[in-house]
Amino acid sequence: MDANMFMQHFINALGLGSLYGLIAIGYTMVYGILRLINFAHGDIFMLGAYFVFFATVQYKLPWALGAFIAVSGTIVCGLLVDRVAYRPLRGAPRISALISAIGVSFFIENLAVVVFSGMPRPVVQPPLLMEAFSLGGIRLVPLAIMVPAISFIIVAALLWMIYRTKSGLAMRSISFDIETTRLMGVSVDRIIAMAFAIGSGLAAIAGIMWALRYPRVEPFMGIMPGFKAFIAAVFGGIGSVPGAMLGGLSLGFVEIMSVAFFPRLSGYRDAFAFLLLVVILLVKPTGLMGEKLEDKI
Amino acid sequence: MERKQPMLEIKNLTVWYGSINAVKGIDVSINRGEIVTLIGANGAGKSSTIRAIAGLVKGCGGSIAFTGKDGRVTQLLGKQPEAMVRQGIAISPEGRRILPHLTTEENLLLGAYTLSDKAQISENMEYAYSLFPRLKERRRQKGGTLSGGEQQMLAVGRSLMSSPELLMLDEPSLGLAPILVDEVFEIIKTINTEGRTILLVEQNALAALKIAAKAYVLEVGSITIQGTGGELLANPKVKEAYLGG
Ligand SMILES: Nc1ncnc2c1ncn2[C@@H]1O[C@H](COP(=O)(O)OP(=O)(O)OP(=O)(O)O)[C@@H](O)[C@H]1O
Ligand SMILES: [Mg+2]
Repeated sequence: MDANMFMQHFINALGLGSLYGLIAIGYTMVYGILRLINFAHGDIFMLGAYFVFFATVQYKLPWALGAFIAVSGTIVCGLLVDRVAYRPLRGAPRISALISAIGVSFFIENLAVVVFSGMPRPVVQPPLLMEAFSLGGIRLVPLAIMVPAISFIIVAALLWMIYRTKSGLAMRSISFDIETTRLMGVSVDRIIAMAFAIGSGLAAIAGIMWALRYPRVEPFMGIMPGFKAFIAAVFGGIGSVPGAMLGGLSLGFVEIMSVAFFPRLSGYRDAFAFLLLVVILLVKPTGLMGEKLEDKI
Repeated sequence: MERKQPMLEIKNLTVWYGSINAVKGIDVSINRGEIVTLIGANGAGKSSTIRAIAGLVKGCGGSIAFTGKDGRVTQLLGKQPEAMVRQGIAISPEGRRILPHLTTEENLLLGAYTLSDKAQISENMEYAYSLFPRLKERRRQKGGTLSGGEQQMLAVGRSLMSSPELLMLDEPSLGLAPILVDEVFEIIKTINTEGRTILLVEQNALAALKIAAKAYVLEVGSITIQGTGGELLANPKVKEAYLGG
């Protein structure tokens, strides 16, 4: 493999990895606060992709506006899931919320089949993003650069929010001790809603960029990326936002590079994620950047 | 002079944990500017009383009326903790409950969560640091790495961060070296003379009664003795049971 080819794969991996990372952040934030694996998160991602499809392909809105509508709509759906499926179970055993999460996931997928139809639909990519140009001998489309760039900017903004603002402080505090955080005047439901909103917003952005990269949408498109992003979150250390991004990138690189270097393995592409999960659970169960969760009060 | 409405008026408060009756209908009243103390043996229901005021227990009955500076009366029973904080009540909970993964400064900032005025927040922080200079030296240190005494100071300092009118301190001297105990009680007195009302729960009955305007003895969920701090210090029953004879 020559250097140019390698760079192609590198940028490809960066793109895929940052999309996994964006989705993984939603898992990790909700898990960090509620100790809940939001199984419906992959389906929220799917909704984001569908919304942008309807806005831009069906209703012919400009992409920027379509993306805005898709993100807003997905945030509303994410908040609704929390309000309807999780909040009533706040005091209940954790397993109840988990079962509820699985139920919501099936519900959204099947509702999507009914409402959107089960047929995959093609997404029309904006030509501007697909005009190949060459950079130092590497042929690229703007989309390939845009995806990781947008992802990194968003993650940087999110980290700033978590480590530099009052709401971020409350989030970090709740993940350790809900009762004490409440005693300081924090409305826990508001902060939880905020985590769902941010997670869903990022999933929508990932869904939009996914629909641009792999230009079609279908009701079950969230399952595999959702699974992998969850693995990425565990790999990076569930509860840690930088960890989620790191896990996503790791997964993106493992997937792309293993297929690039060993083309014969391409059939096993989806298995690498699970292999990674097994390895990290054996070697460092708390993940790359995870803290011990037993400390939780 | 017209009789003033107490700042906090607790009437017939009951607390149940399932079938356990931890507080059995107590009346407590706290006037603005006073230090009021609640003493009693382990399991008497002191913390349960504080937790009921804070809105942390579900199974409670009776009434907890809080009168703000403006004279408005708010019923706190059944409200969420954030309602308590917004009314101007702050708590330094039993067991300190410092966030171990946040720095000293972040722990303090969390205490100021309900404030939005940056200048007020930094003023409060300077105030907390002036009471506990040790905290300032440790401002960037993680809460979990502070010594027990420093954590206790942080818990009290944090409770001052929301500019509260009423401060509830649950065993602020617990686990402190004797010299620090005196210091903490001095600081509580200082905080009080600077205008804050204090509800103090203590095992160290002697020190608490010395600084308290009013005191209540709680025994298995009921108030058995009450009076001024001085009266209780002189009370033979209190002497025998709580002051070591
Ligand atoms: N969450 C709970 N569930 C069941 N019982 C509880 C709970 N919290 C407190 N109790 C019981 O209520 C009673 C009063 O407890 P509380 O914590 O109010 O006592 P306390 O006066 O603060 O004691 P200490 O001085 O030891 O802190 C105790 O018998 C305790 O076992
Ligand atoms: Mg107690």
